[in-house]
Amino acid sequence: MSDESNWFAVNIHSLLWKRRVGEDFLKVQNPPQSPFAKGGDHWQPTAALASLRLRAELLKKIRTFFELRGVLEVDTPALSRAAATDQHLASFRVASARGGNFYLHTSPEFPMKRLLAAGAGDIWQLCKVFREGEAGRLHNPEFTLIEWYRLGFDPHRLMHEVHELLAELLPDASSAAEYLTYREAFQRHAGLDPFNYGKQDCMRVLQDSGRHIPSEGDLDHDGWLDLVAGELVYPKLGRRGLAFIYDYPASQAALARVRAGDPAVAERFEAFFHGIELANGFHELLDAAEQRRRFLADGDYRRSHGLPEVPPDENLLAALESGLPDCAGVALGLDRVLMLAAGAQSLDEVIAFPSSRA
Amino acid sequence: MASYSTSEFRAGLKIIMDGDPYNIVENEFVKPGKGQAFNRVKIRNLRTGKILDRNFKSGDTMEAADVSDMEFQYLYNDGEMWHFMNPENYEQLAADKAAMGDAGKWLKGEEVCIITLWNGRPLSVQAPVFATLKITHCEPGVRGDTVSGATKPATVETGATVQVPLFVNEGEIIKVDTRTGKYSARVKE
Repeated sequence: MSDESNWFAVNIHSLLWKRRVGEDFLKVQNPPQSPFAKGGDHWQPTAALASLRLRAELLKKIRTFFELRGVLEVDTPALSRAAATDQHLASFRVASARGGNFYLHTSPEFPMKRLLAAGAGDIWQLCKVFREGEAGRLHNPEFTLIEWYRLGFDPHRLMHEVHELLAELLPDASSAAEYLTYREAFQRHAGLDPFNYGKQDCMRVLQDSGRHIPSEGDLDHDGWLDLVAGELVYPKLGRRGLAFIYDYPASQAALARVRAGDPAVAERFEAFFHGIELANGFHELLDAAEQRRRFLADGDYRRSHGLPEVPPDENLLAALESGLPDCAGVALGLDRVLMLAAGAQSLDEVIAFPSSRA
Repeated sequence: MASYSTSEFRAGLKIIMDGDPYNIVENEFVKPGKGQAFNRVKIRNLRTGKILDRNFKSGDTMEAADVSDMEFQYLYNDGEMWHFMNPENYEQLAADKAAMGDAGKWLKGEEVCIITLWNGRPLSVQAPVFATLKITHCEPGVRGDTVSGATKPATVETGATVQVPLFVNEGEIIKVDTRTGKYSARVKE
């Protein structure tokens, strides 16, 4: 553990608990004989009871936050006939006894956009989402997402709102946030221009920092950036307060609109705190034809890389054709926020039953 | 040949890389929300003990190493090799100096050791955690000094040298922690 994260763990923990509930709270609520967080037997929860209480408290704050802003809480299906086509997302497939497949959603984005197109106005949702194959200290295949959409917001206005929400949930995140373009972040922390680089440049900056380069299977152009990001850039973001990265390479637009220019950039942003990615947002793509092109391109990628093909969401395309209002949207990983708020080192400490015990 | 996908990676898994067997010490799944996933892995070379950091693209596979731990009884040293016997089927095997590491310093005979085998060949040998050994030579003891913490070198019956407290005498029997090579306690006969 680095000194910084150690400092953070100690500090957040003491700040939060000493101030809010008193030092005795943890002891009282989680006595030594309690099965909570003991981890001994497989049936037992891996999270402390205090973490469960903290989760309930954060949920209350989130509901209040959106209520005060007049954002409507909505609920959309977790099971869908369509799935995210994203190259790096794997959906759980659920075979229906009555024929065909359903997919567990990886985010509620598509049906929420259908609500926006139908005229729902500002909306938010709290839901469980599912991503196959993602498990580790900072990943659980099933996790809790807070996703919201704001009409007429641009990415910067939404980044400010993300900061306001996180400041309420994480006491240490209330200080001034740092805003960097994707390009500035890479230049500052990796010495690499993410809009003008080759594989050799990535290998050089990784080797200069003593990082190992995977030998198996060559990475694609964006894959190299992802490797540099994970090794050299993201871990350094948000060390003193929240950090936002925006204006991504157009090749990583996902569902964000691309702003013409030299270079063209995707109007996408991410939020980081203590090196951990917490949120991803878009200035939402409104162009149905462009959305269809991206779905088709993802399909081509999936076929050529031996990934399972998934049905793109025709309902989303129809909604875009009927007209999506100008809006920005963002998804926030609640379990990670909770982990940081609790001063925990892994999601298992704040999820009652992670997938290994589900 | 058996292989493991990165999704099966976990601490304790044995893999082969560049012709050597490795033990996975730590496995971290690293993935930007919308990007390529990697496994950042700390691995220990089971032959040399060296620890390396490695990145794997998630989905890659690694060849599994046929490595297992088995109990063997130490028989004798022929000057070059250490000979052991499987107490269940009386099969014998010999370990060289590289595989023995420091373990040979603590063996008198008949101790049950854990031998890590790779494709049936000894890769490393673990002596029992505590070795009970007679002191064959050391400077005379300082009576009563049980608190100063000062030590002196003592030679034990296997020929190894151990730092012992000043009150310990030649001919006495001591317990040594073989993991650290340190004196642990005096044993009454």
